[in-house]
Amino acid sequence: MISFSVNKRPVKVDVDPSTPLLWVLRENLELTGTKYGCGMAQCGACTVHINGQAVRSCVAPVSRAAGKEITTIEGLSPDLSHPLQRAWLEIDVPQCGYCQSGQIMSAAVLLNEIPNPTDDDIDQALTGNICRCGTYPRIRRAVHRAAEMMAKGGAR
Amino acid sequence: MIRYRDVLRSIFSILLCVVSCLVSANGQRNAASAAAFEAMLPVLHHPRCMNCHSAGDFPRQGDDSHPHAMNVRRGPEGRGVTSQKCSTCHQDHNLAGLHMPPGAPDWQMPPRNTPMIWAGLTDNQLCELLKEPKQNGHRNIDQIVEHMTTPKLVLWGWNPGEGRTPVPMSQADFAAKVKEWAVGGAVCPAASSSASHAATQ
Amino acid sequence: MIAERQAHDRSVVGALPRRDFLKLSVAASGGLLIGLYLPASKAAAAATFAPNAFVRIGTDDSVTVIVNHSEMGQGVFTALLMILAEELDADWTKVRFEPAPVDPVYNHPVFHMQITGGSTSTWSSFDQFRNAGAAARAMLVTAAAQRWNVDAASCRTEKSIVIHSASNRRLSYGQLAESATKITPPQQVALKDPKDFKLIGTPLKRLDTPEKTNGKGIFGIDVKLPGMLTAVVARPPVFGGKLKSFNADKTKAMPGVRKVVEVPSGVAVIADGFWTAKRGRDALQIEWDEGPMADFDSKAQREQYAAMAKQPGLVARKEGDAGSAISSAAKKIEAVYAVPYLSHAMMEPLNCAVDLRADHCEIWTGTQLQTIDRMNAAAIAGLKPEQVQIHTTLLGGGFGRRANPVSDFVSEAVHVAKAAGAPVRVIWTREDDMHGGYYRPMFYHSLVGGVDADGNPLFWSHHLVGQSIVAGTPFEMIIKDGIDPTSVEGADDVPYAIPNLSVEYHPAKIGVPVLWWRSVGHSHNAFVKESFIDELAALGGKDPFELRRKLLTKSPRNLGVLELAAEKAGWGKPLPARRARGIAVHASFESYTAQVAEVSVDSDGKVRVHRVVCAVDCGRYVNPGIIEAQMQGGVIFGLTAAFYNELTFEKGRIQQSNFHDYPMLRINETPEIEVHIVKNNEKSGGIGEPGVPCAAPAVTNAIFAATGKRIHRLPIRMNEAVGGSKEDLK
Ligand code: FES
Ligand code: FES
Repeated sequence: MISFSVNKRPVKVDVDPSTPLLWVLRENLELTGTKYGCGMAQCGACTVHINGQAVRSCVAPVSRAAGKEITTIEGLSPDLSHPLQRAWLEIDVPQCGYCQSGQIMSAAVLLNEIPNPTDDDIDQALTGNICRCGTYPRIRRAVHRAAEMMAKGGAR
Repeated sequence: MIRYRDVLRSIFSILLCVVSCLVSANGQRNAASAAAFEAMLPVLHHPRCMNCHSAGDFPRQGDDSHPHAMNVRRGPEGRGVTSQKCSTCHQDHNLAGLHMPPGAPDWQMPPRNTPMIWAGLTDNQLCELLKEPKQNGHRNIDQIVEHMTTPKLVLWGWNPGEGRTPVPMSQADFAAKVKEWAVGGAVCPAASSSASHAATQ
Repeated sequence: MIAERQAHDRSVVGALPRRDFLKLSVAASGGLLIGLYLPASKAAAAATFAPNAFVRIGTDDSVTVIVNHSEMGQGVFTALLMILAEELDADWTKVRFEPAPVDPVYNHPVFHMQITGGSTSTWSSFDQFRNAGAAARAMLVTAAAQRWNVDAASCRTEKSIVIHSASNRRLSYGQLAESATKITPPQQVALKDPKDFKLIGTPLKRLDTPEKTNGKGIFGIDVKLPGMLTAVVARPPVFGGKLKSFNADKTKAMPGVRKVVEVPSGVAVIADGFWTAKRGRDALQIEWDEGPMADFDSKAQREQYAAMAKQPGLVARKEGDAGSAISSAAKKIEAVYAVPYLSHAMMEPLNCAVDLRADHCEIWTGTQLQTIDRMNAAAIAGLKPEQVQIHTTLLGGGFGRRANPVSDFVSEAVHVAKAAGAPVRVIWTREDDMHGGYYRPMFYHSLVGGVDADGNPLFWSHHLVGQSIVAGTPFEMIIKDGIDPTSVEGADDVPYAIPNLSVEYHPAKIGVPVLWWRSVGHSHNAFVKESFIDELAALGGKDPFELRRKLLTKSPRNLGVLELAAEKAGWGKPLPARRARGIAVHASFESYTAQVAEVSVDSDGKVRVHRVVCAVDCGRYVNPGIIEAQMQGGVIFGLTAAFYNELTFEKGRIQQSNFHDYPMLRINETPEIEVHIVKNNEKSGGIGEPGVPCAAPAVTNAIFAATGKRIHRLPIRMNEAVGGSKEDLK
């Protein structure tokens, strides 16, 4: 049994400890917002937070989550109220949408650490997240927009 | 008649002999230490070490030491930045399979204010840099030996995971050379030697 | 025989080349409302008002639009709703989408089967969705008029409300829903004058953004059925290979593995979850008969193509006499271009979930080709097509890969389901997806061209060699006189006024499965055509923009976008050293695009694309916000292929496997991309694909302008061009 918390809810799972956290989230915990894209830490589609840090769950064994707090896209906000989500809606970022959970989860760590990121900060934070549909120009705009919202005291 | 000048010359040559004998005893010790350091170089210069002791503010990867994919940066602590920290992808162990992220406990590169960049240095400069407390994290020689022989992250170079070339010397031999270098006074090779490892840009 | 069954299906026999498809498309106007209605038994229950197959209005005022095209990022879940809501005068905030089930009523109005492809969704469904909205509105108005006992003509509608101004009475569509069900559907309706459009032509926000921003959207890979198992399949390492024998002892010993079964495509490991299934699959010991492709090699293939290009080919275009013009040219130039096999690499790897029962089968997957998938699934399951239902989920990218005439990922899943004895989904790993075939074919192009004494192009002779994507498929009938129009599109329709022009096609028969890949033949032909016209400009000492302009006077829409892009990009204005602009213009999918790329090449050969200015004329359009996104995405898709992508074979095996060796352009490499949309009333064209073709040639033409080196092969190899190394591009 491995215990940890997901989106503030305590969970226990009975799985092989080497199973990637991604599949435990998606299959055992039915949180399918976190996506599989490559399984080798190349694309970022599976990005979640472990104790507030971005982690690619496709390569993180579930044992790494033990005793930690996991946040997935489903837990970022209950109602699309996170500044990034509001900015994503305002700029209309997603195309197919498949990469977007990962993009947003990566961007969330960026904004936590650098509330007013430069383009270079965005490049350093989000180059690990592939978007095959090519939403990058809008992602960039939306991250800046979210930073503005936060500066104006947007809900966090 | 013994000429004053000859006496002086004899005394001088005796002295010279004494000095040179003394120097050569010490010199042997120096030479052995410096030679031990030189023996360490194939490891230090190996991509498994150089890729994190590389030029620039980013790690490198592969036996060709190309810049790390995904625009990964050193970050202030040597642990990456924001959502691209080392631990975003690297675990405390290697993952099975080709091209999977390698890992070891405390996976990191040198921090930004003491970046320990070895690329482009002569053997002498590299050696001096290692010993420089301001650069090496205030380590004394014993602690340097410790750093080069015990942390799991350093030992990873001998077990770098599928598809990666390990460093070219057994870990025991390397540890022996590091100790030999330290015991011999951590002597550095002569300053004249040219850069034996140029940065792969 | 699945192929035979398909070939005899009326809907498939109706398939024609794209340009012929277009001729069949019915002109816009009110028209008779045929093909809008579901058989009565399938219509929704009476609690809601379901005037036709495309819209449902609830008593809660909700307007649900049933969309017969798959949402794969191109925005049909918004654009098609806008069209229907426009004529319905619906309150946009109440409009919702729902993917259509499989039914002939949802067939593509031009392709006569349920399919999403060819950048056709919005324009092909334009009239259909207008009619559906207008018919529903008419019935609601009639219901209100009857209730108020007034003349329907004296009522108007606005934001889901019927208003009788004279008596100041109002009823919402929800309030009318029930009584509207009793109204006889109209036979004919009047459509709005386009100048009265309120929604169409505006950049409304996409309706699918919320569920793509909170993780709730369901893609095929997210489907969960009670008791569902997961399968991962071991497929032959070489195309055309067959299973000889396998040993599954290790796999079967793994906890969580349920079954290991042989299926036509290989060996399926069926387990409780993905990770177990994948580990089980990887632990199989399999002996393959590698078949005739065991020694297949990309280098040898290239040599074979080079030899073929020297022979006479099938004539795809002939004007004047390029052969005899060779001798009268003042200067001439020869060039060989080559492009590799490419993977679609949708972000969501292929997958398909199947619940197979004795008398019916339900399938959940992100597909672009429901009708054919259903037929193939039915044949395998031993059911009638009507007994198979496909639930189309969101698609995590399509780009053509999910419209497969042999339904590879669906067929295989049905085979696995037959063996599983429980609902099962098959998930492809990224590596499986990349090795799974159905690539953009490799093409080899050899050209000769010449200019007259004034530097004006005099002749153009083009031989292209490559596989047909439709040969051997039910779409084969589009091949005419041996020429697959999708192989030569963009090459046989060179729009430049060159007096002597010949294009010859050499179909190659190779056992690598190939398929349409975003922008299809244009994906390589535009690169070649737009590079070679640049070569002729240089040969004749002309400015590449001015030469194109001169040769396009008879092609006003090409000319329009060319001039717009050049103007917005500041063509001719000075730039810093080693920085230059390149231009390309191309028509595809009934739309016209031009791009100007601003590129710098540093002394090590490192190329950086700083800015791409894109002009697009897609005629009358629905949502400019979506067009901007599609063009930006198309440019990035094109740049990714131009800089990075290539699948190569050695000993029959694909050498690449995942994003580490088949990289994608990333945010830090993405240029500024400006999109300028031409506003006019021309017939609508496509928008999902036309952004791709110009990206590569605009960049390589800019590299030429910056360095004098011409890129003839994709992906761009700067080591060949400017003495840098491939790494310089990373
Ligand atoms: S699925 Fe984890 S990084 Fe791609
Ligand atoms: S939106 Fe499709 S992959 Fe990013």
